[in-house]
Amino acid sequence: MTELMPAEGVFSLIWLLIALPLAGAVVLLFGGRRTNSWGPYLGVLTVCASAVLGWLMLLAMLQNPPEERTFDQNLFTWVSVGGFQADMAFQLDQLSMVFVLLITTVGALIHIYSLGYMAHDPDRRKFFGYLNLFVGAMLILVLANNFLLLYVGWEGVGLASYLLIGFYQYKHSAAAAAKKAFVINRVGDVGLSLAIMLMFVTFGSVSFEDVFGAADQASEGTLNAIGLLLLLAAAGKSAQFPLQAWLLDAMEGPTPVSALIHAATMVTAGVYLIARSNAIFDLAQVAATAVIVVGVITVFMGAIIGSAKDDIKKSLAGSTMSQIGYMIAAVGLGPIGYVFGIFHLLTHGVFKAGLFLGAGSVMHGMNDNVNMRRYGALRTVMFITFITFAAGWLSILGIPPFSGFWSKDELIHAAFEESVLVGVLLIIAAGITGFYMTRMFIMTFLGKARWEDDVHPHESPKVMTIPLIILALGSTFLGMALLFWGDIESWLEPVVGFESKEAPLSTAATIGISLAAVIAGVIVAYVMYARRPIPIEAPRGSWLTRAAREELYGNQVNQVLVVTPTLVAAKAATSIDAKGIDGLVNGLAALVGAISGRLRRYQTGFVRTYALSMVGGAVIVVLALVLVRAS
Amino acid sequence: MNPSNYIILSAVLFSIGAIGVLVRRNAIVVFMSVELMLNAANLAFVAFARMNGNLDGQTVAFFVMVVAAAEVVVGLAIIVTIFRTRRSASIDEPNLLKY
Repeated sequence: MTELMPAEGVFSLIWLLIALPLAGAVVLLFGGRRTNSWGPYLGVLTVCASAVLGWLMLLAMLQNPPEERTFDQNLFTWVSVGGFQADMAFQLDQLSMVFVLLITTVGALIHIYSLGYMAHDPDRRKFFGYLNLFVGAMLILVLANNFLLLYVGWEGVGLASYLLIGFYQYKHSAAAAAKKAFVINRVGDVGLSLAIMLMFVTFGSVSFEDVFGAADQASEGTLNAIGLLLLLAAAGKSAQFPLQAWLLDAMEGPTPVSALIHAATMVTAGVYLIARSNAIFDLAQVAATAVIVVGVITVFMGAIIGSAKDDIKKSLAGSTMSQIGYMIAAVGLGPIGYVFGIFHLLTHGVFKAGLFLGAGSVMHGMNDNVNMRRYGALRTVMFITFITFAAGWLSILGIPPFSGFWSKDELIHAAFEESVLVGVLLIIAAGITGFYMTRMFIMTFLGKARWEDDVHPHESPKVMTIPLIILALGSTFLGMALLFWGDIESWLEPVVGFESKEAPLSTAATIGISLAAVIAGVIVAYVMYARRPIPIEAPRGSWLTRAAREELYGNQVNQVLVVTPTLVAAKAATSIDAKGIDGLVNGLAALVGAISGRLRRYQTGFVRTYALSMVGGAVIVVLALVLVRAS
Repeated sequence: MNPSNYIILSAVLFSIGAIGVLVRRNAIVVFMSVELMLNAANLAFVAFARMNGNLDGQTVAFFVMVVAAAEVVVGLAIIVTIFRTRRSASIDEPNLLKY
C-alpha cells in the first residue's frame, strides 16, 4: 500500500498546474477584443508554463522511492452535507503524473502549432480560450482525488469539446456535430453520475482512498454494477461501442482540436477512469469482461471505418477509435494489462497527435480540402510533413523500433497471457491497421498528383512544422525511452498493479506474427492503391466498403433505436398536452364563458325590471324568514 | 288605539309605494313612490318603538329621514339632468346601460 505524502516543495504547486490554463481561459474569454492581439500568445504561455511545472514535478518525484510517490494536496472542503464530504483536493501519483505530462506537453505543442494553423481566423482568441479551458478541465480530471471532482473535470472537458467541435458554428454540420457529441456524451455521463451515487451509497464516501480501500468489502454484484456504469461512462467519453457515433462527426472542429481532444487526451479519459478504478475492476469479473468485449468490438469497428473513409480526418478518427479500443481491451485484462494500456495510451497520444497535425498541415496547403482522392504526390511539396507523417505511420503500424511497436506488441502479448482469442483478434486488427494507415499514406503522399486546379500545395510555416518534428521524434523514440529508460512497468505498478502470466506464445513469436499481419495489410494496401491508379470519384465498392462509409450504420441504428422512439414519445406528449390537458382547461373556460353569455342577457337596462327583481328578492327573503320562524 | 293598526297602515303604504315604483313610468312619480315606501318604514319603526316602550325605533326613524333627504337631493339632481338632455322624464327610455 502506498502512503500519501504531504504536498511540499514543488508539489505544493499542484493547484497551479490547473490554475494557469484556467486563468488563461478566463482572461481570454472575458477579456474581450482588447486581448485579440496578445491573447493567443498568453494562451500558449500558460500551457507551456504548466508543462514546465509538470516536468519539474516529475524530476522531484524521481527523488522519492516508489512507495512515496503519491502526493496529496487538500485545498479546502468543497461540499459537506450530512455524512457526505467532498474536498477540493488533488492527488498526484505515478498515473496522474504521466497524464499531466502527456496533456501539458502535447497540449503545449498543439497550442504552438495552432498559432500557425489559426493565424488567419478572426476568432482565434476565442479558440485559444477554449483550448486553455480544455487543458485546465482535463488536468482537474486526472488530478482529482475523489470522484466528484473528477466529474467536474469530466464535464469540463465535455463542454470544451462541445465548444471546439462547434467552433465554426456558422457551418450547420459543425453545429450539429457539436450537439451530437454533447448529447451522446451525456449518456455516458449519466453512467458516471450513477456510479458515483452507488459508490456513496455503498462506501459512504466518494474519495479514491475510501472507495478503493473498502472495495473488497462490497458485494460482487454491487462492484459489477459500479464497474458496468463506469464502463458506460468510459464508452461515452472514449467513443467506444455502442456510443461511438459522435467521434467521426467531431472532425468538424479545427484540426488542432481533433489532435488534442479527439485523439491524444480527452478520448483517453475512459481508459484513465478504468485504470484508476482498478481496485473495483479487479474484483468485478463481469464488468472486466464487458470492458474487454467493448474494446475488441470497437477495435474492429474503428479499423473497418478507417479503411473506407476518403476524408483524411475521418479515417484518422476511425483509427483513434480502434486504438482506444486496444487500450480499453488492455485495461479490461486486469493487472496484466493496465500498464500496457496506459503505455499504449502515451505512445498513441504522441504519434496520433503528430498524425492529426500532419493532416492539418496537409489541409493547410490544400485549401482545407480533406478528400484524400484529391491529394497524391505531396511528398514533393511538403517534405517535412511527409517525413513526420511517415514517423507516425510507422509508429502506428508497430514497425520496430518506432514507439507504437513497443506498446502495441507488449499489449498484444499481455492479451495472449489472458486469452488466446483476444490476442488473435487484436493481431487481425493490427493487420487492418496496417492496411488503412498505408492506404492513407499512399493516397496522400505517394502516387500521382490528383489536385484540384486552383490548389497550390506548399509546406507549412515553421511554427507548425517544429511541433510536428518534435512529435515525430516522440513517435520514434518515446516507446523505447518509456520501456527501457523509464521502466514504465515498475513506474505504474504501485498504482495499478502489475502481474505477468505464462503466455502460450513467446514474446518473439507474438512480435513475429503481428509483424507478419501488419506487413500483409501493408502489401494489400500497396497493391490496391499504389499499383493501380486511384479514381477521383470513389468507386461503388463492396458491401463492406459501403457499410464502412456509412460508419457501419451506427447513425441509422441510433436513429431507429433512440431518436425515432424519442420523437414519437415527444410528439405523443405534446398532443396529450395540447388536446388533453389544454383541452380540459380551455373547455372549462369556454363553458364559463357560454354561461355568462346567457346570464348577462338579464341586464336589460330597464330600471323597472331591476326594481321588480329587487322586490322579488326581498319577498323571497321575507318568506324564508317567516318559514324559518314558523318551523 | 291599538298600535297594530299603525303596522297595518304601514304595510298598506309600503305596498302602494312598491307597486308605484314597479308600474309607473314617470321618474318623479316613481321617486315619490320610493319616498312613500321610506315613510311607511318610518311609521313602522315609530309604531314598534311605541309597542316595545323604548326609543330605538324613533332614533332609527330620524336616521332614515336624514338619509331620505340626502337621497332626494341626489335623485332629483339626476332626474333633472336626464330631463334636460332627453326632454323626457320616462324611466324606460334611458336604457343604454345594459349588456
